[in-house]
Amino acid sequence: MDVPTTLNGYELIYKKPSTLTEKPFHYCPGCGHSVVHRLLMEVVEEMGIQEQTVGVAPVGCSVFAYDYMDIDMQEAAHGRATAVATGIKRILPDKFVFSYQGDGDLAAIGTAETIHAVNRGENILMIFINNAIYGMTGGQMAPTTLLNQVTSTSPYGRNKEAMGYPIKITELLAQLPGAYYVSRHAVYTVNAVRKLKKAIEKSFAYQKLNRGTCFIEVVSNCPSGWKMTPVESNKWLEANMFPQYPLGDIKIPKD
Amino acid sequence: MEQEKTTNNEARLMKGNEALAEAAIRADIDAYFGYPITPQSEVLEYFTNEMPKRHGIVLQAESEVAAINMIYGAAGAGGRVMTSSSSPGISLMQEGISYIASAQLPCLIVNVNRGGPGLGTIQPSQGDYFQATKGGGHGDYHLIVLAPSSVQEMADFVFDAIRLAEKYRNPAMILADGALGQMMEKVVLPQEGSLPKVSKPWATVGKPASRKRNIITSLFIEPEKMEVINLGLQEKYKQIQSEVRYEEIALDDADIALVAFGLSARICQKVVDLGREKGIKVGLLRPITLYPFPKSALNKIADKVNFMLVVEMNAGQMVEDVSLAANGKCPVYFKGRMGGMIPSPEEVFAELMSIIEKQSVTQD
Amino acid sequence: MEKAHEIIFAGFGGQGVLSMGQTISYAAMIENKEISWMPSYGPEMRGGTANCIVIVSSSRISSPIISRFDSAIVLNQPSLDKFEHEVKEGGLLIYEESTIINTPKRKDIEVIGIPANEEAQLLGKKQVANMIIVGAFLAKRPIVKIENILVALKKVLPERHHHLIPLNEEALMLGQRLIKEKVVA
Repeated sequence: MDVPTTLNGYELIYKKPSTLTEKPFHYCPGCGHSVVHRLLMEVVEEMGIQEQTVGVAPVGCSVFAYDYMDIDMQEAAHGRATAVATGIKRILPDKFVFSYQGDGDLAAIGTAETIHAVNRGENILMIFINNAIYGMTGGQMAPTTLLNQVTSTSPYGRNKEAMGYPIKITELLAQLPGAYYVSRHAVYTVNAVRKLKKAIEKSFAYQKLNRGTCFIEVVSNCPSGWKMTPVESNKWLEANMFPQYPLGDIKIPKD
Repeated sequence: MEQEKTTNNEARLMKGNEALAEAAIRADIDAYFGYPITPQSEVLEYFTNEMPKRHGIVLQAESEVAAINMIYGAAGAGGRVMTSSSSPGISLMQEGISYIASAQLPCLIVNVNRGGPGLGTIQPSQGDYFQATKGGGHGDYHLIVLAPSSVQEMADFVFDAIRLAEKYRNPAMILADGALGQMMEKVVLPQEGSLPKVSKPWATVGKPASRKRNIITSLFIEPEKMEVINLGLQEKYKQIQSEVRYEEIALDDADIALVAFGLSARICQKVVDLGREKGIKVGLLRPITLYPFPKSALNKIADKVNFMLVVEMNAGQMVEDVSLAANGKCPVYFKGRMGGMIPSPEEVFAELMSIIEKQSVTQD
Repeated sequence: MEKAHEIIFAGFGGQGVLSMGQTISYAAMIENKEISWMPSYGPEMRGGTANCIVIVSSSRISSPIISRFDSAIVLNQPSLDKFEHEVKEGGLLIYEESTIINTPKRKDIEVIGIPANEEAQLLGKKQVANMIIVGAFLAKRPIVKIENILVALKKVLPERHHHLIPLNEEALMLGQRLIKEKVVA
């Protein structure tokens, strides 16, 4: 869609990136997914790599990511996005390949694929949306659900004796020599959004170097699943999620 | 170069697993993803040895689950790809195979069948016939299934399976067994480069401005759309029926038809010899494609024989398809061994004789 | 040569049972014959019993798996106990003498004991016992030519063992001689 750069004397300073389709996002109001989708596509547009980018969508709320991103994409089975991305990258080593997964997908059912993709140092970007809940299936407990957090399958709160601890998969992955760049972000403020965009830009640039996996966790919210307003959810995020999942770089390239 | 070509074509003594892997390199596969499991680990070993020196990507995955999903990604990206495993590993792959069938991605999956159920045994079996021919995973789908019965066919069917998979955008399976994988026979390998690459305009290779984005998916959430996808698949399976292949041995004048595939068919060839030596007019129909299944060929034979004897290394699986094909025109008997046991020709022959006795079939 | 010759080679893993069968198979291929070599496989190969069925034929081979053999070559007692009864009437059974306590009983087949382990020690390398047996077997059943066994050895043996080919040749010839001496005696 062509957008005029001026209209009635006003200058256009903000628009939807051309790499997003016309389809409106189906995500709940306040959900972080749409922001992350948009950031990814802004970077693809600005770097001019639409023709060289292939993405992998997960099973979870972002299962229809390919409806919004105007690039070639594959829809993976639950947990297998990084195996699928590995297959794509091995066939198309010169292309930019990213996977996009939620916490249940990446850190529960797909843990083996996640760890081994990073351990092989697959030259892909892995985007990990952590909102501590299974959003799509209606708010069940996730591997990253906090202790005492109430979900539909931990109705009395997550109890460590029976359900174990929230997994810090990002710190775990950073231990692996195959991980090149590991960073944790959020999209709850404008500043945080800007930082995430930089991290995505860096990750795509690093992908050309063939030095290993870039992994970005986005600590996000789920207003519907958490049964909060978007504003409340962002406050809860700061108060409860960040102490467990602190923002910032976890592993940065040495050179 | 001329010298090399002659060497390429000379007969070699090879294990079935090795012949399969060498044929795949000659079929210019772009990538192999797999996980070790007896009795087919030689396939992965062969690729890890040869591909770095020649061409193609080989990757030992962390599991069969990962391997089949790498196949999904790589096939979706336009690669000519294959994986192989044995029964328990193929069970693990079923989810991915269902996705591949739905997303209509061409690829080759090899099952070197071993005895089950469960961890079972590493000895040869045909116990995965149902799994291979009826879909295997969830949903209404079929693989194209080829059943080799010699080391030569282990090599040749790699080319045939890939050709069919790419023609129909459908996963193809070679259903072998542990004995075919491990045995050595003389083999003349197909010529390298004789399987041209086909264009795959649907592949996710990066979207140029000139076309709409390509999406590889098996998700069609509205039932109206999902039904249309299913109707399309069924239409494709109808077309695939024309690819049916089978071999007839000594059936022209036969009163009795043996029906067997793979290694069982080799055993039955010997039974045919034993029978003919004694003046019994016995022949053999060997389905080469298990899907599509040679229904009409069997139906015609059912018209002219006194009975059929189906021989399998399982509890009786293909016999159901043979019975459906015979459609009551003649009795269909079954002889099988399970759990990695192989029926001997003498044992099958004895079974044949006891049926003849029961049937009071007149011999001439 | 008759239409097909069906042989079982059996013994412990590590005695060279599978490679005896392979060597004969390669030689047969050089002579443009049809061959199938079917090994037992799996954990039992690691030190347990191993066997292979070799069929050499002038025409297409039907079943690669059979239970009656024209010849049996056995290198240990369990194999003899198992396969003595599976040799066809009028067939041939060759066994390694030092490993067998209960000797074969059948009278309707030809039974030959070869002191291959002892003779191989005398040659200075006990690993060539299997080639002494192959030499002896081919003296009785010349299904392939000895010179083609030598060509085959180059294929079967890894390059690093090629310096052992002359010793293997010596072992083959010794096996042939042992049979001729037995016939004369």
